[in-house]
Amino acid sequence: MNTSDINMNTIGYVHSLESFGSVDGPGVRFVVFLKGCNMRCKFCHNPDTWSGKGQEWTAQELYNHVRRYKSYWKNNGGITVSGGEPLLQLDFVTAFFSAAKQENVHTTLDTAGQPFSMDEEYLKRFDKLMDVTDLFMLDLKLMDKQGHKELTGTDNSNIFEMAEYLSAHGKRMWIRHVLVPGVTDDEADLESMYKFISGLKTVDRVEILPYHTLGLIKWQEAGIPYPLEGVPTPSPEEIKRAEKLLHTNEYN
Amino acid sequence: MNSEFAEAWEGFEGRIWKIEVNTRDFIQKNYRPYDGDESFLEGPTDATNKLWNRVQELQKEERAKGGVLDMETKVVSGLTAYGAAYISEDKELEKVVGIQTDKPLKRAFMPFGGIKMAEQSCQTYGYTPDPELHKIFSEYVTTHNEGVFDVYTPEIKAVRHNRIITGLPDTYGRGRIVGDYRRVALYGIDYLINEKKKDLANCGDGTMTEEVIRLREEIAKQIKALNGMKKMAELYGFDISMPAKNAKEAVQWLYFGYLAAIKTQNGAAMSVGRVSTFLDIYIQRDLDRGTITEKEAQELIDHFVMKCRIVKFARIPSYNQLFSGDPVWATLEVAGIGCDGRSMVTKNDFRFLHTLENMGPSPEPNLTVLYSSALPANFKKYASKISINTSSVQYENDDVMKPVWGDDYSICCCVSATQTGKEMQFFGARANLAKCLLYALNGGVDAKTREQVAPPFKKITSEYLDYYEVTESYERMMDWLAGLYVNTLNLIHYMHDKYYYEAAEMALIDTDVRRTFATGIAGFSHVVDSLSAIKYAKVKPVRDDAGICVDFNVEGDFPKYGNDDDRADDIALWLLRTFLEKVKKHHTYRNSEPTTSILTITSNVVYGKATANMPDGRRAGAPLSPGANPSYGAEQNGLLASLNSVAKLPYHWALDGISNTQTISPDALGHAEQERIDNLVQIMDGYFDQGAHHLNVNVFGTEKLIDAMEHPEKEEYANFTIRVSGYAVKFIDLTKEQQLDVISRTCHKTL
Repeated sequence: MNTSDINMNTIGYVHSLESFGSVDGPGVRFVVFLKGCNMRCKFCHNPDTWSGKGQEWTAQELYNHVRRYKSYWKNNGGITVSGGEPLLQLDFVTAFFSAAKQENVHTTLDTAGQPFSMDEEYLKRFDKLMDVTDLFMLDLKLMDKQGHKELTGTDNSNIFEMAEYLSAHGKRMWIRHVLVPGVTDDEADLESMYKFISGLKTVDRVEILPYHTLGLIKWQEAGIPYPLEGVPTPSPEEIKRAEKLLHTNEYN
Repeated sequence: MNSEFAEAWEGFEGRIWKIEVNTRDFIQKNYRPYDGDESFLEGPTDATNKLWNRVQELQKEERAKGGVLDMETKVVSGLTAYGAAYISEDKELEKVVGIQTDKPLKRAFMPFGGIKMAEQSCQTYGYTPDPELHKIFSEYVTTHNEGVFDVYTPEIKAVRHNRIITGLPDTYGRGRIVGDYRRVALYGIDYLINEKKKDLANCGDGTMTEEVIRLREEIAKQIKALNGMKKMAELYGFDISMPAKNAKEAVQWLYFGYLAAIKTQNGAAMSVGRVSTFLDIYIQRDLDRGTITEKEAQELIDHFVMKCRIVKFARIPSYNQLFSGDPVWATLEVAGIGCDGRSMVTKNDFRFLHTLENMGPSPEPNLTVLYSSALPANFKKYASKISINTSSVQYENDDVMKPVWGDDYSICCCVSATQTGKEMQFFGARANLAKCLLYALNGGVDAKTREQVAPPFKKITSEYLDYYEVTESYERMMDWLAGLYVNTLNLIHYMHDKYYYEAAEMALIDTDVRRTFATGIAGFSHVVDSLSAIKYAKVKPVRDDAGICVDFNVEGDFPKYGNDDDRADDIALWLLRTFLEKVKKHHTYRNSEPTTSILTITSNVVYGKATANMPDGRRAGAPLSPGANPSYGAEQNGLLASLNSVAKLPYHWALDGISNTQTISPDALGHAEQERIDNLVQIMDGYFDQGAHHLNVNVFGTEKLIDAMEHPEKEEYANFTIRVSGYAVKFIDLTKEQQLDVISRTCHKTL
C-alpha cells in the first residue's frame, strides 16, 4: 500500500464515539460516527448527524485514541466508521483507516453510498479508501427510483453503481436493509433487491435491520417534525417475511 | 502409615502434603486440567429436582412471610446445638447433609456479636427471644458489641453517627475469614488436631508475653472447635476423624467444615473458598475407578451448591439497608491458572457453573471465575454463556492476583483475595470520601447534620473553588479520616478476637497466619468528577448563612471518570493512592498489612442518603455510584471507554479489590447467541489483559428490570438474579429504593 500521499493531519468532523459496538461489523468494534449526510431518510435514527461540524480530530489523533481499545478486538474485531455518511469525509476516512491498517486492524465502513460517483477524479480517491477498507456495510433503502427519492430525498442509481464497483473489485460487503412497515417492505421491491444483491459476487451477509423508534427523541430535540409518526415497528413475522424475500439465509 | 490414610490417599501423588498440612501441594500434584467443552455435563437427577422444588417452595413461603421463614428464640447456635436436620422429609434424597438449625431456612440465634442485635432481629420479624438469654448475654457474658462500645471514643461515635464511616462490624460477626475447609476432607479431623497440638506445644519459648498467651488460648479454642466438628458430624452419622475415602465423602467432609463456620459465626461474608479443583481430584479418581458416574458427580455438586444457596442469618433492618437482598457471600471460585502455567480449570469448574442451569440462576454461592485470557477457550465460552443466561457470575483477574496471593487464594467476601488456609482479614466498613471532600470545604462541619464532626480545619471561603487549595485541604481531612478509620477498626478487631473468636474457621487455617487489614472507599467517582469540575471548569459554591456549601454552580464542561479520558482518570489514580498512603501510615492491629478497596456493595444507597450536594452535580441524597463504577450518566463513550477508565486503577494500590459492575443489553452484545458469547469473551479478555481487577457481568435490558419491579409475582422473576457491586441478589428481594437505583444505572446498548 502506498501511503506517501495520505495526509494524516486531515481533519475529520466527528459526531460521537462509541467504544463498544457489536452489531456494526464483525466482533467487538469501536464505532466512529461522522457528521454530515446528504440523504434525509424519513426513518433516520441519527438525524443529529445530518449537519453541523461536531468535534474536530485529525486522522492520526483519532487513531491514537482508538487504538487504546485494541486489546478488545482480538482476531475479528476492529473499527467501524459510520455516520452520517462517512463517504462525505472520504479523505479523512482513508487516512484514519491507513493508520489502522499499519497495525493490521480490521476496518469497516458503514455507508449508504450516496455521494459515490463514477467520475474519474472521484474514483481515484475512492480506490485509495478501498485499499484500506476490509469490509463495506452498504445500506440499500429501496430499489424503486421514485420511491427512493421520496423516502431519502436522493437518487439511488449511484448507490447501485457503488455496490457493483465494489463487487467488481473483490471488496467484501454486507448488505443491510432497514425494514419499515408500509414503507420499505413492498414485496416486489424486496424481490428486486434480492435480484440485485444476487448479482453481486462479494456479499458475505444480508441483514434486515428492524425499524425502531429509539431515534425519535433526536428528531424532537432537533425540532424537526417526524415524518413517520405513528408507523409501527415490524413484528417478528414481518421481519421473517422480509428475510425470506431477501434470502438472508443464503448468506451469513 | 495408618491403613485408613493409605486407603484414603490411594493413587494420590506427592509427598510434601503428606508430611505437613498443605492442600495447595496436594492440588498441584493431583489435579487434571480440562480443556474440552461442556458436552459431558449431565442434567439434574430426580432427587435434585425434588429437593430443589422443596427449597423453592420454602423460599416462596419465606418471601410471603416478609423475608424470614422461621427464627430460633431459645437455642444459642453452636456446633452441636441441634441434632441432624434435613431439607426434605425423605432424607435419602440428600447426597450432602447438614443445615444450620433444625429446619431449612430457619435462622439461628447468634448473640455473641451483640445481644441487642440478635434480639432486635427477632423482634423485627415478630419473634420474642427467650428472656433468659437476654439475662445471660447482658449480665454474665460480654459480647463483641458490648466490648466495642465500652471503648469507643466520642469522636468515633460521631463519625459513625454522621455516617462518614459506615458498615463497621461492631454489632455482628466480622466475617471474611475463609477456613480451608478442604483440609477436613484431605486429612480428617484427628490429623488436624495433632498438628494444632504441635503448634500449641511450640508456641513461644515459655516466656508468657501477652502475645504468646493470647495465641495459646486461640489454639486451644481451635482444638476444641475441631473436636466439636467431629461431634457435629456424628450427629449426622458420619465419622470425620479420618480423611475422606471417595468423592461423596470429600464433598460431605468439606461441607461439614463450612457448616461449622456458619453455625458459629454470622459474619457479613461467610465464603466457601476455592474448592472446585480440589474436589475434582476426588471425583476424577472415582470416575477412573468406575465407582461414580458423571450424573452422580453432578448430583453431588448440585446438592453441595444447594446447601450454599440456603445459608441464612438473622439480620436487623439497618444491616439489610446496607447489604440488601439477604446476602451471605458464600463465595466460591472456579478456574485460574497455576504458578506453573497450567490451567486449573477442571471438569468440576464446569459442573459448578452448570448448577446455574440445573437449578436455575441464584445469587448464592457467589460464583467467581478467576479469569485470565489464557484460560482454555472452551471454558471461557461456557462461562460467558452462563453469564449471558443467568447474570449470576462474577469475574476476577487471576493475572493480577496470582503474583500477590499465589495460585491457591480464595475470595473471602465480594472480591477480596485471601490465601486459603494461610490468611485472615481484619475488614470493616468504608470511608465515605465524598463526604470527606465536603468536610474539607466546610471546615469539618457535616453539611447534613451540621455537627462539627472533624477537627475545625479552616473553611474554604473563595468565590470559586481553587483546585490546589481544595486538594490541600482535602488531604488534611483524609489524613484525619484515615487515622480515625484505622483506629476504629483496630479496636473492633481487638474485641472481635477477644469475644467472638472464629475458632472453627481458624482451626482450618495455619497457626502462623498472615493478616491483612482491609479498609474501603465509598463515593469514589463523585470525588473524582467533583475535583475534575474544580480543575477543568469553574465551580462556584452556594453557601448558606453559616458559610456551609449547600450547592455548587458549575460553569463549563469538565472531563468525567468513565470515558477513558486521562485528565479525569489521573485524578482517580491520585485519589486512590493518596488515601492508601494515609491508611498505611497508621499502626494496624496485630501488625496486619493495610490494604484498601473500592467496593461499596449495595451500601452506595445508604451512603448517598447521608451525602449532601456535590460539585460534580450529584444531588443530595442520591445514591453514590457503586464500587469503582463511574457516576450515573457520566459515561459518554460506551462500555469499553468505561472499562478502560476502571482498568487504569492499579490493583496493587487496592489489594482488597476494585469492584466494577456493568449491565449490557443482550441486543448490544450481538445478534445471535454464539456472537454474544464470543463478544463477551473478547470484552473480558480486553479488559483483564489491561490489568483490571473485577467485573460483574449482567446481561439484560432495563425493560426486564422494570417489569420485574412491577410484577414481582411473575414466576419468571422468582429466581431472577442480578449482579450488584460485589455480590448477586434476587432482584425482587431488593428494596424498592435499590431496585430504582439499579434501574437508573447505565445499561450499555447501542442504537
